[in-house]
Amino acid sequence: MPAFIGASPDEQRAMLAEIGARDMDELFAGLPQELQSSDFALEPGMSESQAARHVAESASAIRPPVNFCGGGFYDHYVPAAVDTLSGRGEFYTAYTPYQAEASQGTLQAIFEYQTAVARLMDMDAANASLYDGGTAVFEAVVMAARITGRRRVVIDGALNPIYRSMLATHTMTTGIEIVTVPPREGGCDRDRIFGELRDDTAAVVVQNPNFFGCIDDYSDIIAAVHEVGGLGVVSVYPLSLGLLRSPGEMGADIAVAEGQSLGLPLSAGGPYLGLMATRSRYVRRMPGRIVGMTEDAAGRRGFVLTLQAREQHIRREKATSNICTNEGLCALRAVFYLALLGRDGLRETAQRCAETAAYVLERIKDVPGVTPAFGRAVFNEFVLRLSEPAEDAVRRGLEAGVAVGIPLGRFYPQMNDCLLTAVTEQTQADDVERLLAVLAGTTRTKK
Amino acid sequence: MKLIFERHVEGRRGFQPPKGSFAPQAALPEDLTRKTPLRLPQLAEADVVRHYTRLSRLNFSVDTNFYPLGSCTMKYNPRICEKAAAMPEFAGFHPWWPQLPGGGRVSQGILRILYETARMLADITGMAEFTLQPLAGAHGELTGSFIIAAYHRRRGNRKTHVIVPDSAHGTNPASARMAGFDVVTIPSDASGVMDFARFREAVNDETAAVMLTSPNTLGLFNPRLREIAEIIHGVDGLFYYDGANMNALLGRCRPGKLGFDLCHLNLHKTFAAPHGGGGPGSGPVGVSEKLRRFLPVPRIVRDDGGRYGLVDDAPESIGRVAPFYGNFGVILKAYVYLLLLGREGLRQVSDAAVLNANYVQEKLRPYLDAVTSGRCMHECVFSGRRLLEYGVGTLDLAKGLIEKGFHPPTVYFPLIVPEALMIEPTESENRETLDAFIAAVKDLVELAAEDPERLHRAPQNTPVGRLDEVAAARRMQLVYSE
Repeated sequence: MPAFIGASPDEQRAMLAEIGARDMDELFAGLPQELQSSDFALEPGMSESQAARHVAESASAIRPPVNFCGGGFYDHYVPAAVDTLSGRGEFYTAYTPYQAEASQGTLQAIFEYQTAVARLMDMDAANASLYDGGTAVFEAVVMAARITGRRRVVIDGALNPIYRSMLATHTMTTGIEIVTVPPREGGCDRDRIFGELRDDTAAVVVQNPNFFGCIDDYSDIIAAVHEVGGLGVVSVYPLSLGLLRSPGEMGADIAVAEGQSLGLPLSAGGPYLGLMATRSRYVRRMPGRIVGMTEDAAGRRGFVLTLQAREQHIRREKATSNICTNEGLCALRAVFYLALLGRDGLRETAQRCAETAAYVLERIKDVPGVTPAFGRAVFNEFVLRLSEPAEDAVRRGLEAGVAVGIPLGRFYPQMNDCLLTAVTEQTQADDVERLLAVLAGTTRTKK
Repeated sequence: MKLIFERHVEGRRGFQPPKGSFAPQAALPEDLTRKTPLRLPQLAEADVVRHYTRLSRLNFSVDTNFYPLGSCTMKYNPRICEKAAAMPEFAGFHPWWPQLPGGGRVSQGILRILYETARMLADITGMAEFTLQPLAGAHGELTGSFIIAAYHRRRGNRKTHVIVPDSAHGTNPASARMAGFDVVTIPSDASGVMDFARFREAVNDETAAVMLTSPNTLGLFNPRLREIAEIIHGVDGLFYYDGANMNALLGRCRPGKLGFDLCHLNLHKTFAAPHGGGGPGSGPVGVSEKLRRFLPVPRIVRDDGGRYGLVDDAPESIGRVAPFYGNFGVILKAYVYLLLLGREGLRQVSDAAVLNANYVQEKLRPYLDAVTSGRCMHECVFSGRRLLEYGVGTLDLAKGLIEKGFHPPTVYFPLIVPEALMIEPTESENRETLDAFIAAVKDLVELAAEDPERLHRAPQNTPVGRLDEVAAARRMQLVYSE
C-alpha cells in the first residue's frame, strides 16, 4: 500500500465492518460493473528511492547551456530565503483562503503582495494573481472590452509573440477583434497606431521593454487612446521597474506582467505568475481574487477575500472571468522576493542588468559582422544583426554549450539574421567571452 | 500582526545584489526612467524570514490540520514530489531551449517527463491524447470549450449553447461563456443528479456540448451517463467530463469508457500536487480520437528512435493556451506521484477515499441530514438545516470546527442543498482523525441546542474572530497606505 494512504488494512477492514459493508466493491455498487475497467497499463508502483532515481535519470539527460535566452523569461538569482519560506507546508498545503479565521497567514501575505504590485506599477490596486503574463494580457483585453462596451483592440506587434498567439487562441470565439500593428525599427509604429485609434477602439496594448528589449515611454499613445474613449494596457517586466518608468507614470488604465522575474525559477515553462493592477474606478471590473483589509468585532485588523460578487463561484456565467485557482504560492514568492530585495535591492539588481547589457553591446563592436539591429535604448535584452542566419549561430552555440539567444525569423520573417540576446545580474565576464566567441565563429565546438 | 511595510527601517538590507563587474556605460535616458519613489520596505533578511514564518503559523493546512474541504481533494502532498520539482536541472531549465534549432539535445529529460505524464493520464482516463498546457482546472475547461468550438466550426455546425447542471461548479458555466457559448442550466432531480427529462428537452441542434462532473457535486454517480452520451451525440454535440471528482474513480473507471469525448483533470487535486494556498494548479485536457487534431501546440512527440521533440505544425490546432508546455513544476509533482502509485496504487487511492467518505457519512447521520440514504462516493454532503431551529447556521458550525482545530468542510455548496456541508476526507486520513472530527461535529450539534450564542461567537482561539466582510467590500482597502 502506498505510504500516503492514511488507514492501515486492519483499520480499513474495521471501518468497513462498522458501516456494514462487506468489502470495497460494495461501496462502488453504484458504478455499473460494465463501466468499470481493470486493464490499466501503468507500471507497478515504485518505492520512493526508485522514483527518485528514475527522475534523476531524466534530470541528467538535461545539458544546461550557458544561457543568453530571455524572450520574456529571465535567469535572475532567487535568494535562498524565498525557497525556504515558500517551502513552509503551512503556506503550500493550504487551500484558497475561503475561511478567513483559518487563513490569515495567506490572506495577509497576499494583501502585502497586492500592495507591492500596486506600488511597483504605480497603480491603485492589484488582484491576487492570474496564471501568467499571457493570460493576463487576455484578461486585460476582456476587461477593457467590457468597460468600454467595444470589441476592437489594437496591439503593438512588438508585444511578446507568445502572448500574441495566446491572445489569438483565447479571443477566437469571443468576437473581440485584434488589430496588430507591425513594429518599426524595433519599436512601435506610432503613426500607424495613432491611425488605428477610432471611436470603436476598446484598448491599445503595448509592452515595456518590448519583445526586442527596447524601452519606450508610451504616455503619448495612452493619452491618444483616452482621447477616443479607449483604455491603455501596458505589459511590463516587473524587475525592470526598479529603474524604468512605470505603467502608472505613463497613465495606463490596466497594467499586467509576467511575474517570473520576481523570485520564480524558470522551471521549463511554469508555474509562473500573472500580475494585474488597475485604477480605483475599474477595481470592480477586474478579474480574479482580491484580498481586502477589515476588522473583527473586537476591532482587530484582519484580511478577507472581498468583492466576490465578481467571481464565478457566485456569478457563474455572468462572472468577470472563469478563473478560480490562480498562482497563490507564486504570488507569495514574489512578495518574499520584493521584501528581501527592498527598494534598493530591486533598483541595484535592475541597474546591474542594464550595465551588463551595455557592456556586451560595447564589446559586440569588436565582433566582425555583428551589429546591434536598432539604435534604441535597451534594458537587459537586445537584438543583434548577424552576417549569417541566426539559426546557424544558435545551433553552433548549443554545440559549444552556449544558448546565444532566440532567432527571430520564426516570428518576424524579415528578421532571419536577427538574434534576441538577454543578460541578467548573474551574467559573468567568462560567459560574455563565450558568447562573443560563438558569434565571432571562433569557438571550438565540443563533439 | 504588523504588515511587512510597517516593519520598514531606513538603511536595513535583506539582500546584496552582485557587485557590478562591468564598468557602468552611459546611463539610461532620463525620460525613460522611474520618477516616483518606489515604496518597498528595507529590512534585514532575518526580519523578512521571521515575518513570513510567523504569518505561515496563522494558517490551517494539510500539514497541520484535517482539511476535509469538499470538491478540493486536500490530500497529503508527498515530499519527494517537492524535492524533484526543486532539482536545479528542472528549476533552472529555460523554456525557450526546446524550441531553439538544435535545442532537442539539451531538452530530452524535460520532454520525456511531459510525454510520459500525458501517456499515463490518457491510460487513466481512456482518452486518446492529452495536452498539459492548461494552467488550472478552469483554464482546462476553457481550453476544452475552445476545442468544442473548433470541432463544430470544422463540422460546419451552428452551435450556440452548452448545457450544465445546476449542481456544477461555477467555473463550468463561466468557462463556457468565456468561450462565447450561451449557458443552459438544468436543475437536479429529487435524487440529486441532473434531471434527465429536462436535459432531453433542452438538447437541440444548437447544443454544442454538455459538461458534467461524475460523481456529481452531491457525491453521486449518475446512472444514466450512457444515455446522456447517446442523446448529446445524436445532435453531434460533445460530452465534456469535469475531472474535479476523479479521485472517486481512479483505477476503477475511465471517463472515456463512459462516453465522454473530452475531459480535464486537476493535478493539484487528484494527483497530489499541493494547492499552494490557491495555486499554482495544472488542468490537463484529454480528448478522444476525433478531437485530437484540435489540441494546442506545441505538441510533444516521440519518434521511433525514442527521441522526444516538439511539433508546431498542426493547422487545425486551437493554438497556444500557455506560454510553453504548461506548469511544468506542477506536472512533475504529479508525474512522481503516479510513479509511486503505479497501477495498483491508483485503485487503493479511490478505495480509501470512498471508504473514508462513507465512514464519515454513516457516523454523522444521527447529527445532520445526509442528502442520500445510500452510499456516497469520495465525498458526502449534509444539510445543517435542523440546526436552524436553534438559530444556528452551517456557517456557525464551520466556525466552531475551526475553534476545535479542524478546517471546515465546503459550506453552502452545492447551492442546491440548503445549509450545505460537503465533506471530502480523502484517502490520506486515518480512522483516529476521522473519529476526532466526527466527535467534534457531534459536540457542536449538541452545543447548538444548548448554547447557540456560544457558536455565534466562534471561533475564539484564532488570530482574529469573524471578520466584517460587508465593511471590507464597502471600504475597499485593497492595498496598504501609510
